[in-house]
Amino acid sequence: MAQMNLLHAINNALDIAMAENDSALCFGEDVGHFGGVFRATSGLQEKYGKARCFNTPLVEQGIIGFANGLAAQGSTPIAEIQFADYIFPAFDQIVNEAAKFRYRSGNEFNVGNLTIRSPYGGGIAGGLYHSQSPEAYFAHTPGLKVVVPRNPYQAKGLLLAAIRDDNPVVFFEPKRLYRASIGEVPEEDYQLPLGKAEVVKQGTDITVLAWGAQMEIVEKAIEMAANEGISCELIDLRTILPWDVETIAASVMKTGRLVISQEAPLTAGFASEIAATIQSECFLHLESPIARVCGMDTPYPLALEKEYVADHLKTYEAIKQSVNY
Amino acid sequence: MRALLQSTHLTYGQKTQTIIKMLGEFSDPILDTRWLFVSLVRKADNKENVMNSEVYKESPVVHQPAFIDGHSVEIPILKILQQDGSVYDGADLPNIDQALATKIYKTLAFHRVLDERMVGAQRQGRISFYMAALGEEAASVGGAAGLEDQDMIMAQYREQGALMYRGFALEDFMNQMFSNEKDLGKGRQMPIHYGSNELNYMTISSPLGTQIPQAAGYAYGQKLQGKDAVTLCYFGEGAASEGDFHAGLNMAAVHRAPVIFFCRNNGYAISTPSDEQFVGNGIASRGVGYGIKTLRIDGNDILAVLKATQLAREYALKENKPVIIEAMSYRLGAHSTSDDPSGYRTREEEAKWQAHDPILRMKNWMLANKWWDEEQEVSLFESLREEVLAAVKVAEKIDKPPVEDLVTDVYDQVPKHLQSQLDELKQHIKKYPESYPFTAGRIK
Repeated sequence: MAQMNLLHAINNALDIAMAENDSALCFGEDVGHFGGVFRATSGLQEKYGKARCFNTPLVEQGIIGFANGLAAQGSTPIAEIQFADYIFPAFDQIVNEAAKFRYRSGNEFNVGNLTIRSPYGGGIAGGLYHSQSPEAYFAHTPGLKVVVPRNPYQAKGLLLAAIRDDNPVVFFEPKRLYRASIGEVPEEDYQLPLGKAEVVKQGTDITVLAWGAQMEIVEKAIEMAANEGISCELIDLRTILPWDVETIAASVMKTGRLVISQEAPLTAGFASEIAATIQSECFLHLESPIARVCGMDTPYPLALEKEYVADHLKTYEAIKQSVNY
Repeated sequence: MRALLQSTHLTYGQKTQTIIKMLGEFSDPILDTRWLFVSLVRKADNKENVMNSEVYKESPVVHQPAFIDGHSVEIPILKILQQDGSVYDGADLPNIDQALATKIYKTLAFHRVLDERMVGAQRQGRISFYMAALGEEAASVGGAAGLEDQDMIMAQYREQGALMYRGFALEDFMNQMFSNEKDLGKGRQMPIHYGSNELNYMTISSPLGTQIPQAAGYAYGQKLQGKDAVTLCYFGEGAASEGDFHAGLNMAAVHRAPVIFFCRNNGYAISTPSDEQFVGNGIASRGVGYGIKTLRIDGNDILAVLKATQLAREYALKENKPVIIEAMSYRLGAHSTSDDPSGYRTREEEAKWQAHDPILRMKNWMLANKWWDEEQEVSLFESLREEVLAAVKVAEKIDKPPVEDLVTDVYDQVPKHLQSQLDELKQHIKKYPESYPFTAGRIK
């Protein structure tokens, strides 16, 4: 075990993936010598050469188009989009190409080797265009897997699984936690399962569900609730698509209540999908309406970020209201 | 901080490192704001980087503004074969012998017959849609003939000729167009969206231009793995307006991918003529802008197409660099069976281009070489028409794909939620079997 922050854990996973597979490539804007604007690919070009870790021109659709071609050819591209806010020029290459490559060809061709990494989320004074959480756009696209880790240990194990998974994976990294989140991470190779949520803390009164950086915020909220004698079961969804209905439903059948907390705006966010499915799976077990604690339905603000976000206090309030319903 | 950013004696890297160190010493809770400063450095240094580039060093210096005209690049057009079948004086022939010429010619003939019959089949309501390549068959057939079998072809949609040349069987074409259970694509895409892993022909995707940056990536992978192979990427002059075209050319040039970008400039994107699509000197001038070796050819001249592709392949493989070929042609038919060209162009214009028929041109050359005669011609076209008609009758009787094919290949394995959606659907079909006649009888 070693102490790593989330960036070290990502860098370590990429290092392992590139060492074991000669056809694994890391590329994106400023990814080469500079090691990425957050340093996630630091040292990889020195170690594996310019042909396997390199800068690309500033063209997100080009980066993902290039990556799709590489994956179809049999290489293992790990493409970086510098900020999730800038992933949209590549939207067509992701949702119309990567996601449908296998289906449309009857599995004559596929881009299962593709992994797209991108820092997402707010809390860093990044304003509209360095703060977004766009996971729901991709969760609406059959053929993709969408994964969001919450800490360094999860990041390494889930990223290695994403790279080795035989489906295109969009891997959103919580950039607020890149250096802020530090934890014990095994130096050796390991994987965590995709499509599987994790019950982080057992509880009896209410289920609280989140993913990525929001997990840290929700943990504060359930501590506050615990002080008032409310026992929360905390679950990290980890994979947004395909998501683990069973684990969430089993927990809600036990507790009878569910609060979902997400960074992204409320309307048509992934919390909405979860709420719809869980009310249908657990209707007769529910003691109160499923609550969603989310960003507001506005672009991500700057000066009023603190007011806007789904913070621990808003989550705490939702927990109390649900329990007292 | 500003003094640091503006300093001229430090490199970009040094400035960045200094800033990162400085920020690291702050007890700022938002440590990650450091990237903001890093991007400021990048902006500040942008000018300096350009000034240091080779391009700048090579520029002659002037002291009065001298605009370069947008049309100043002169681009010649390669022609080898004349319409009467004679070769232009001084023209070099591609590598071609009677066997290759005959294979190319028979493929062209097959192409024309298939298109003619399938447009007819669409009009009779037997298939839903078709796209003919009447008048520009030489571009796709000649392009494939200039490659080796291991080269990947990533086409747009009107290049069935390349797939025919590679040996995709008549039944395979039919099964795809009739979306039956023998279609390699499992009946999921509209007619003409062919693909074959075995024949290195990437399955067609409807969105325009998406294959262009993919071809750059595919070729880069071929290069890294030391394959004796290139990628040829077809697209039309209309698709060259898509962002993916510019993205793909630049990616290929910067990363030195052995890819041949083959533009079929057929004058129209559905109804939009090329002079409403772009103003510059065709698509070839784009190649020059991206620093890519560029060649414009007569796309109705099978020998020019073959020569260009053979040379492009050799160059791409040897130099590990992309090439762009702009083949000038004309779409004599409609864009697809869903439009009627009389709404956007004149009969006179079409007649002018009919006189440049690429297949007739090749036939004249074959006849002049005594590699072909009229008797062979008649018998070839007759037998092709019969074969195609017979194949239509077989393919239209084959069952649609099973209902299970709805959920396979979305992922490598069928996930739980899709399995349960399929199970639900089967129950529903069983309840209303008369409404789902293709699948109801086959559900267990």
